[in-house]
Amino acid sequence: MAPAVSIQNLKKRYGATEAVKDVTIEVQSGEIFGLLGPNGAGKTTTLRILCTLTAPDAGKVEVSGISVVENPKAARQRLGYVAQEAAPDKMLTGRELLELLAALYHLPAAVTKQRIDTVLTLLGLQEYADKKTGTYSGGIRKRLDLAAGLLHAPDVLVLDEPTVGLDIESRFIVWEFLRKLREAGTTVLITSHYLEEIDALADRVAIIDRGVVIAQGTPSELKDKIGGDRITLRIREFSPQEEAEKAKNLLKSLPFVQNVIINSAQGNSLNLVVTPQNDTLITIQQALNNAGLPMFGIAQSRPSLDDVYLAATGSTLMDAELAAAANRDPKAEKKQNMR
Amino acid sequence: MSGTILPPKSDINWQQVASPQLYASKSSNNTFGEIAQETLALTKRLFIQLQRRPSTLFAGIIQPVMWLVLFGALFQNAPKGIFGSTTNYGQFLAAGIIVFSAFAGALNAGLPVMFDREFGFLNRLLVAPLASRFSIVFASAIFIISQSLLQTAVIIGAASFLGAGLPNAAGLSAIVLIVFALALGVTALSLGLAFTLPGHIELIAVIFVSTLPMLFASTALAPLSFMPTWLQTIATLNPLSYAIEPIRYLYTHSNWGLNSVVMQSFWGDVTFGGALLVLVGFAVVALLSIQPRLRRTLS
Repeated sequence: MAPAVSIQNLKKRYGATEAVKDVTIEVQSGEIFGLLGPNGAGKTTTLRILCTLTAPDAGKVEVSGISVVENPKAARQRLGYVAQEAAPDKMLTGRELLELLAALYHLPAAVTKQRIDTVLTLLGLQEYADKKTGTYSGGIRKRLDLAAGLLHAPDVLVLDEPTVGLDIESRFIVWEFLRKLREAGTTVLITSHYLEEIDALADRVAIIDRGVVIAQGTPSELKDKIGGDRITLRIREFSPQEEAEKAKNLLKSLPFVQNVIINSAQGNSLNLVVTPQNDTLITIQQALNNAGLPMFGIAQSRPSLDDVYLAATGSTLMDAELAAAANRDPKAEKKQNMR
Repeated sequence: MSGTILPPKSDINWQQVASPQLYASKSSNNTFGEIAQETLALTKRLFIQLQRRPSTLFAGIIQPVMWLVLFGALFQNAPKGIFGSTTNYGQFLAAGIIVFSAFAGALNAGLPVMFDREFGFLNRLLVAPLASRFSIVFASAIFIISQSLLQTAVIIGAASFLGAGLPNAAGLSAIVLIVFALALGVTALSLGLAFTLPGHIELIAVIFVSTLPMLFASTALAPLSFMPTWLQTIATLNPLSYAIEPIRYLYTHSNWGLNSVVMQSFWGDVTFGGALLVLVGFAVVALLSIQPRLRRTLS
């Protein structure tokens, strides 16, 4: 059976910007696949190409074995796309919007009403269905978007940053919903720049940075691959630079410590990568004590997807996010997304 | 945010939710039927919008009537016979107002499409498996032309009330045909602009600068004989004149036919039939000229 989504060596350039340099991912049927990366990494462009909104410069893109370039109409039938931002037409009610989309997906008139009722019930939208979408809050609008994406029972539901701007509670409910959808057999492809989101949801993940896939696998595979445990140590709540340097040199000499970074953004706390063993915390505490250094706090954890990203790119996702935010060109982005 | 997403109810049949290919496998050989289904649904959307936000319709109907009343009064005391054979400026003006209203309405056709582009609604339509993306264009054209014809009916009624008389059935049909051809051509150009220009500000600017010159450089308000030669030349090249003059002829002559001379241009006489051909030609050329642009955006 063909994979639900197969993207090979995808390339897309906008003028001087190489939005997608080389993206290869394969999404298996029935899984939740996460595309993780900072803003501007090429996630949205990849999804827009998959959903036939943008033509690729090079590469192969298939949905259930159907090429989106050669047979776009059949591909669109198989895809449900929930864009990050799409106006629902505020003059229409939710039901009217779904009726419009049902006609555009050519659902037979006989099943349209029942199908609309099904998706409305599914997303708990019955009481909002006959109100104008202009009156909806962000969370209700997102629910309507999900309902619209599912209306034609697509093979693959594609979601671009589905929880951006939602409150925490709504976010958890969207997650729960996507998990149920997976259980029912729908493949889900989701992009996010939230680590927790991908960690919590995705069966497999591709980390994308500057248009290139830099790591791919299950979240635990990726974490195991970079190895080591993570220790965050604070000498004081806000440590002076020299004291942090001193502690760094001290800890570096311990046999199980692989690497030490001073995190100036966190009050000069120390981030350690250590070989997992039983007495690491006690040994560190004793070493600091012997050198006459205090200890404010210490925490040990397994590597996160952020560490995977850090290991591959040399910066944290948060830093990349900030750098991307500084370099954004909203006008150019709008132009790319307009047809 | 009050946008709490309620947990989906547990009595939902999830298997029913995701039954891939339930509809996707539906054979779709009936392309024409699909285009009709799409166009109908998209047109319905525009009419729902109009019904809930009728101010543009009211403005579109009140404005030409005001033109007719106020502008008509302005020249009420003009010496008799100065506007050609007619003795009534209202009668003279009605044709100009009918055509100008249809033109101005059709020129705005691109605005909703531009807003759909800007707000991302167009993307929603484009990810759907439309049999033809030209359904989006057809729906706009049907909507705008219906509006133009409604405006035309109101203006004919108002002009008749103001003493301009009422053309006979054949005359009314000819007016419908003329308004249809002009509105179709101008709608096409406006949609072409809506898919070309970067945003609604630019589109509004184009609409703004083209409206009044098109009006003044036509025979809407005054006959060709009033104009200096250079303006006559421009007015006889303006498609609006080819819509205005035949309608005006209908209003002022009880005997008219396709051979009636409705305009004397600098290169010769333009007959009623000739003017109709020019308008149909204009619509065809406009539709053809936007094809490459639409194809680039919509395919």
